[in-house]
Amino acid sequence: MRMLFLLLSFFVSTAMAGEESVYLKEGNGKDKVTAQCAMCHSLDYITLNTHIMDKAGWEKTVNKMINAMGAPIEDSDKKIIIDYLASHYGR
Amino acid sequence: MMNRRCFIKKTVSSLVALSGWSVLQQSALAADSKESPTLDALEGKKPLIKQTFRPPNYETPVNYFDAAFTPNDAFFVRYHHAQIPKVNVKDWRLQVGGDALSKPLEFTLEQLRNEFEIVEIAALCLCAGNRRSSFQPPATGIQWGSGAMGNARWRGVRLRDVLARANLDKTAVEVSFDGTDSGILRTTPDFIKSLPLAKALDENTLIAFEMNGEPLPHWNGFPARLIVAGWVATYWIKHLTAINVLSKPADNFWMKTAYRLPKDRFTTEQFDSQVSDTTIPITDIVVNSLITNLTDEQVITGVKPLEIKGVAWDGGDGITGVEISTDAGHSWQQAALMQNYGRFSWRHWRYQFTPKAVGEYSVMARASSHSGNSQPLIAVANPSGYHHNAVQKITIKVV
Repeated sequence: MRMLFLLLSFFVSTAMAGEESVYLKEGNGKDKVTAQCAMCHSLDYITLNTHIMDKAGWEKTVNKMINAMGAPIEDSDKKIIIDYLASHYGR
Repeated sequence: MMNRRCFIKKTVSSLVALSGWSVLQQSALAADSKESPTLDALEGKKPLIKQTFRPPNYETPVNYFDAAFTPNDAFFVRYHHAQIPKVNVKDWRLQVGGDALSKPLEFTLEQLRNEFEIVEIAALCLCAGNRRSSFQPPATGIQWGSGAMGNARWRGVRLRDVLARANLDKTAVEVSFDGTDSGILRTTPDFIKSLPLAKALDENTLIAFEMNGEPLPHWNGFPARLIVAGWVATYWIKHLTAINVLSKPADNFWMKTAYRLPKDRFTTEQFDSQVSDTTIPITDIVVNSLITNLTDEQVITGVKPLEIKGVAWDGGDGITGVEISTDAGHSWQQAALMQNYGRFSWRHWRYQFTPKAVGEYSVMARASSHSGNSQPLIAVANPSGYHHNAVQKITIKVV
């Protein structure tokens, strides 16, 4: 919790004006996606790839974020995030 | 409707109170499909086409490309990382080091300006993924249109003059470049790119501190950035602070995994020390062109002469010609090439078209370069969606 608080505080300090206008679709996992992904980047990175990736594509992307970009996403959250992205922003 | 400041204030306090994001996300409905283009202005910039807010990725609207040189305040912005500190020139230093030189150096901006010959090159700065959104099937990544590029006069010093002071070892194979921008998390790999030694020592590779006669804008690399004339912009490191001469190939995500092409699909310049079994690093810009004064489905009123205008460019061989077709590729005519600002600059062209009657016309432009290459009709597929240089085809309606 303390870590999350620190990260969120940090996000607030680095957020670019305007990104509060980007919204994700309602659905199971949205909060996790928002908290984990928006740590490092605005959520338009997700919406601009709408309908471009299928579930395998989103899985590859989330794995890249964890393995290459160092995103601290727990395995239990990973599945929720991939399912949310595939069902709401999948091809 | 809440104004922005109020919204941000509310958002921040909600975040702090709840350590969560749900409140932020409840107050509006999400777009159901892909976002339509948003115009947004970064500090010091004109409104540009926003691809992503953070890291900031903004493309230039094509109407700015009528000018020989793209205005600094309309020049595209591309970052991989969200931490982009504003640099104070007084504190800025350029370090030159690495394991393959014997004399590490450090420079202030003033020293760079005063101790080396100042040179200027007109060169196109082009994102490797420009026009990625045109690939079919789609390629993942930022869905750039045609505006992730800009032409500018870059003024600075030659990298080779700076490196000449550092006593390079015979073991040197690559030179790497790092800027001040970084990821939010320490675990995110820093954006460091390297060049083969020969390219680093090329007379057209510069450390630039001016763009179109003015200091570099913050969003384009203030106070100094690398210019690798003819090569795609991934190598043009912004806010440059560290140059390292290396005896072994750079080994990081941005060199070994990102910005790569399948082997044997493009005939671009070699980068031998970074070739893997299956892929090569992207290097120079491929021949390409863009119609800048007409858009697809544009309606033209009146059967009368119509000027078709655009730009053409390549990786430094120089443009030999641009052919225009107004009948979907059945016949081609030469466009007139306008002023030549050097082989790394884009080149404007014009063609006067006189439609014979009302109706639809399929307009195409195809550039050729001194290398003998010309644009393909279909873009060469590659997983990351780089080098989209297919002949553009737009339909205009004369009514």
